[in-house]
Amino acid sequence: MADTFIPIAPRRAPAHASGTFAALRRNFFSSLPNTVVSLLLLAVFTWLAVKGWNWGIVNAVFAANADLCQAARGIGACWGVVNEKARFILLGRFPQAEQWRPVVASLALLAPVLASCSRRFWKPWLALVWLAGVAVFFALMGGGVAGLTKVPTDQWGGLPLTLMLSIISMLLAFPVSVFLALGRRSGMPAIRSLCLVFVELVRGVPLISVLFMASFMFPLFMPVGKSPDVLVRVVVGISLFAAAYMAEIIRGGLQTVGRGQQEAAASMGLTYWQAQRKIILPQALGAVVPSIVNNFISLFKDTSLVTIVSLYELTGALSLALGSDPNWRPFKIEAYLFIAAIYFAFCYAMSRYSLRLEKRIGLYGGQHEQ
Amino acid sequence: MTEAIIQFEKVNKWFGSDFHVLRDIDLYVQPGERLVICGPSGSGKSTLIRCINALEDYQEGQLTVAGTVLGDDFKAIETVRRQVGMVFQQFNLFPHLTVLENLTLAPTRVAGLPKKEAVDLAMTQLERVRIADQAGKYPLQLSGGQQQRVAIARSLCLKPQIMLFDEPTSALDPEMIKEVLDVITNLASQGMTMLCVTHEMGFARAVADRIVFMDEGQIVEENTPEAFFAAPKTDRGQNFLSKILGH
Repeated sequence: MADTFIPIAPRRAPAHASGTFAALRRNFFSSLPNTVVSLLLLAVFTWLAVKGWNWGIVNAVFAANADLCQAARGIGACWGVVNEKARFILLGRFPQAEQWRPVVASLALLAPVLASCSRRFWKPWLALVWLAGVAVFFALMGGGVAGLTKVPTDQWGGLPLTLMLSIISMLLAFPVSVFLALGRRSGMPAIRSLCLVFVELVRGVPLISVLFMASFMFPLFMPVGKSPDVLVRVVVGISLFAAAYMAEIIRGGLQTVGRGQQEAAASMGLTYWQAQRKIILPQALGAVVPSIVNNFISLFKDTSLVTIVSLYELTGALSLALGSDPNWRPFKIEAYLFIAAIYFAFCYAMSRYSLRLEKRIGLYGGQHEQ
Repeated sequence: MTEAIIQFEKVNKWFGSDFHVLRDIDLYVQPGERLVICGPSGSGKSTLIRCINALEDYQEGQLTVAGTVLGDDFKAIETVRRQVGMVFQQFNLFPHLTVLENLTLAPTRVAGLPKKEAVDLAMTQLERVRIADQAGKYPLQLSGGQQQRVAIARSLCLKPQIMLFDEPTSALDPEMIKEVLDVITNLASQGMTMLCVTHEMGFARAVADRIVFMDEGQIVEENTPEAFFAAPKTDRGQNFLSKILGH
């Protein structure tokens, strides 16, 4: 008779190597050189932290008082500049009396973005929310409707402009890039080369030159007075630029999806577009979420380049605010730290969201059942 | 003799300009017939059955499937694909969809079935391959054998007249081959036209009405399994059988 197989019951891993204290010891103080380096670094970081604390908090001037700030120069930060100029930095040259409009407009534009982040809202009506958000933004900013005074686009500025440029450009660039990526893998040679030429041409020039062309050269080819608003031209320029980059990212994603997926879809009678939409693209995009978000983050910061065509978004509004005011000009660093914090908050939010998305996508890889 | 449901008439296919992968293929399959196609790797077996649902095109001759001539016509390809189900060596389930979604996709999108009917149909097919309890899982959470059974259920959801199996057990662990072969054997007993590329000779002997043996892009011989396994007509067939049955 054969022996009966008795499996060994599973047991927990030994506990002696876990715990904070043990981890600290293992990672930082495992040997003499290790300990010396750890202590040195600790000293440096402590010194930096104390310095920073003293400069930024203890000796800092928070009041919007240029004389006090002048007195504290070199030993303490002057957050007064933020106090004094925040309005201008955030909203640019928008008429003082109407400044509630850009604030509400920005919120209206952010609302659909936030809604889109949650799966619960991925319903057909989300498209309407987007339309409404964008419409409200432009109505409030531009005026001329519902009794609002008209505000020409050259007076738009600050954070609302940054948000609009990046959100609208991403929104426009994304579908374009998907079609470009599919086009580059198309079986039709004409479409393939057209997409290739576009991507290579646009990728081959810096964004600054695209902006220059959009704002200064394009009107030369148009009948006088017939050229669309500079803001429109700039948005289209940024979108096409971003689309070219993103197309290559998405093409990379498409290449991660095996040929078998396309074949399985085809053998079930799905058409090319059905297969792309339901089978190939969801997997391809899922594979490149980190790169797409990376691209969004860089696009968000690249919008600061529109300053060179006289659109004063966040960064531009800052130099405008301080450049014209000799009293506050010396405190640039503090003001730049302020907008750096704003940029960081947005970018960090995007990167956290990307991580969450990745985890969700990881689910269907069977990773949550181990 | 009834009209053949699949007719290869002097079909030739090349990959590129000088790889002649299918050579003068003549093959007639009757409705309800069960064919096993075997032969050494590179002999063109997979290419042959992939022509039947137009995953591969061909350059010469004529291929007619369920009354439709396959050529460059997109409509013809669509018509044929709705009547032909295919099971792949690598399963090719859609990893981002649950098992149930994998099954309901084509019925709702291609056949235009309402969601509820598609779900009922899907559950019936999952029942048929004995895996209905896994409907809510994602494919990669299942074992290879389970995935292949889901793939079989998926291709059955379009109620095909013809089923193609392209080495359905070659990517499976030995312990899982049987569960998949059992399901296919079960289907075979239900009167569906089946073409199966496989190296499982025991299965071929038990299920096939006819064995098609290929080499070098040609059909070397066609015979009943009894005759083929007892005494292949060609020396090439003998040689092949001695290699795969000899170990």
